Amino acid sequence: MTSPKYNNSAAFYDVDGTLIQINIVHTFAFYAARQASWRKSVRTTVQTAMSVPLFVAADKVSRKWFNELFYNYYEGFSLDRLEILAEELFEDVIKPKIYPRTVGLVEESRRAGCRQVIVTGALDFTMAPLARYLGIEHVIANSLEFKNGIATGKLKKPFVGGATKPVLMRQFAQEHGLDLSESFAYSDSYSDFPMLAVVGRPTACNPDRRLKAVATSYDWPVVELR
Amino acid sequence: MRTSRPRTRSAAREHIVTIDTDSAPRIMFSGENFVVEDLPVGTRCIYPKAPLAGIDNRVAAVRYALNHPEGMDPLHSMLKPGMKVTIAVDDISMPLPMMRTPDVRQTVLEIVCEMLVDHGVDDVEIIIALALHRRLTEQEIKRMVGPKVYRDYWPDRLYNHDACDPDGMVVLGRTRHGELVETNKRAADSDLCIYVNVNLVPMNGGQKSMGVGLTGYESLKSHHTPKAIVDSDSYMDPDNSAIASSIGRIGRVVEKEIKVFHIETVLNNRMFDGPMDFLMKKEDDYTEGDRLKFQGMKWALDRMPFAARRELFQRMPAAFDLIGVYAGACDPCHAKTLEKSWGQYCVEVEGQADIMITGIPYLSPYNVNSKALNPLLVQVLALGYLYHMYRKKSLLKEGGVLIITHPCSDKWDPVHHPSYIEFFNRLLPETKDAYELEKKYQDEFAYNPTYVEMYRRGHAYHGAHPFYMYYWGQRGREKCGRVIVVGADNETVPEMLGWETAGSMAEAIAMGRSSMGQSAQISMLHQPPFLLTDVI
Repeated sequence: MTSPKYNNSAAFYDVDGTLIQINIVHTFAFYAARQASWRKSVRTTVQTAMSVPLFVAADKVSRKWFNELFYNYYEGFSLDRLEILAEELFEDVIKPKIYPRTVGLVEESRRAGCRQVIVTGALDFTMAPLARYLGIEHVIANSLEFKNGIATGKLKKPFVGGATKPVLMRQFAQEHGLDLSESFAYSDSYSDFPMLAVVGRPTACNPDRRLKAVATSYDWPVVELR
Repeated sequence: MRTSRPRTRSAAREHIVTIDTDSAPRIMFSGENFVVEDLPVGTRCIYPKAPLAGIDNRVAAVRYALNHPEGMDPLHSMLKPGMKVTIAVDDISMPLPMMRTPDVRQTVLEIVCEMLVDHGVDDVEIIIALALHRRLTEQEIKRMVGPKVYRDYWPDRLYNHDACDPDGMVVLGRTRHGELVETNKRAADSDLCIYVNVNLVPMNGGQKSMGVGLTGYESLKSHHTPKAIVDSDSYMDPDNSAIASSIGRIGRVVEKEIKVFHIETVLNNRMFDGPMDFLMKKEDDYTEGDRLKFQGMKWALDRMPFAARRELFQRMPAAFDLIGVYAGACDPCHAKTLEKSWGQYCVEVEGQADIMITGIPYLSPYNVNSKALNPLLVQVLALGYLYHMYRKKSLLKEGGVLIITHPCSDKWDPVHHPSYIEFFNRLLPETKDAYELEKKYQDEFAYNPTYVEMYRRGHAYHGAHPFYMYYWGQRGREKCGRVIVVGADNETVPEMLGWETAGSMAEAIAMGRSSMGQSAQISMLHQPPFLLTDVI
């Protein structure tokens, strides 16, 4: 089936909870457990586990605070190690957690002619294998700052998440000559309302209760990829 | 409700009652409830025929049909070990309500599958021929085919047709009118295709089975158009239907490429029994027991929440009987089916009506096990199906007034009908012109990847389906002068559909008379059970 209708469109996907079951805490736990020595691995894992309540509290207040606090834990990792671990992370953690209908959704979207774009608050190197696996050619994600190949624990700006997602999506659309009103966005969380509201064809995927209520009010389709 | 009067004046024909001053009030469906209305003196109430007697031994009848087919060799003589066979079977959009188990498809499939095994045919797959309808759930399939076939074939050899599978569809060519003929690849690659049909009304079956059931959007878009619908004088009479002609052309191209053995089953109209059997009678013939049943049910329905009422109706399967089973080549087999079906449904009526009244029930081919009969489905039921329950000439005069009873609630099933919601809320406020909607938006919805995904892997109707529903109402929209809804719980939905509302039946009739005159002929179609009028 051919679709000339959507050649000027993009499909923007949130990842955590939308296309896959895991979230960035799982990702970080994976890295925490893979330190250079086993002692360090144990220490970092315990530290991470103990920090969970802090992460939860920070996330409730502000996603920006959460990310600043959270990504600080990456300090000291080398880029090449993170990239190698990202491949392992994908095979061991992410791939088994891809929702059953994710591949189908991306395939339909690609077949319809949409440009495929991941838009996520996760780190770019962790998303690269997933994007490659799903055949998604563009990734808009957070990037760590590196000095001499070592992570500083800070994120590069602009920080991807919440209200900045639509800004970056708009920029992407402009750069690629796409029409946002004809584009699609998929997310599971009410926190991505800005990302969903900026496109003409938003879709709630496995939505939380609040997003489901919004989707029902606005007549957005609700898809269960789980 | 008043007791019925023994002296109600009946017309000469037994299926027509003319309302007199002391006639019993009439019971009509209004979605998931009933309304009781006193109709004006002189109103002609048209009732369905009594159910034709069912065949006592279904299994024997099916076996006889397979061994004595029309225009083809008996099925067993075509079977050879090692051959590839595909069985296509109608989905649960028919019959309505769902049939009490065993479903007639179960009976046919068990016999056919046993025969295939006995002849060493192992490469057999069963496909639910749903075209762009929603995929059936595992439980629905199990109920339809029965435990034995389910156990032997599900899920690898018993599955839903997927009209959007790029690897699962194949183009067979074009008709002489240029219509694209696309069909299921597995069926096309088979040495023999067996189509198992269920015929509730005469628009089911025939070339529509292969010509629609196993096709896809690219084929359907050539005849599911406002123009083809408007050019179809009678949906229930294939000879007077442009859409049936187009489907016939497509079906014949399919049959040129694929050897198809049709098995058509015809059901009677026994849609209600047990606690609802009063619906099979004229109100004047009610016994005390019938009145008690109705009053008890109405009392309960009035107090139940919507979801519970819906659930109650959905859990009442119908006791349809098999009244005919024919097999063999499509056209000769279907000719017999049509004769039998018309024999059950057609009721002779003298002259057309100026005002036609009909209740709108809770059921439709497209909302089986759904959460609601949504506004677009109310529209297609009223203007597409119930208005068109006739052969040759419509009951309602051109420019006449159609009065329906339904709440027209703004209720949707987002799992089954996601694209309907967008169609209704985004497109209809912009334009109600079916031709413009087709041109401007149909492809956009059909190729929308979210809707395609929901059709292929969820249980949603295809993105183009709401357009078809709207087109099916187009002829009714063009032919009816006014449509008036009684009992609507809101103004928005009727307005969006271009309908007027009335606070009561009396008001609706007065509005109708203001257009058609005080002496307007008023007819009420007392359905379901369904009937077809033969206007003479």
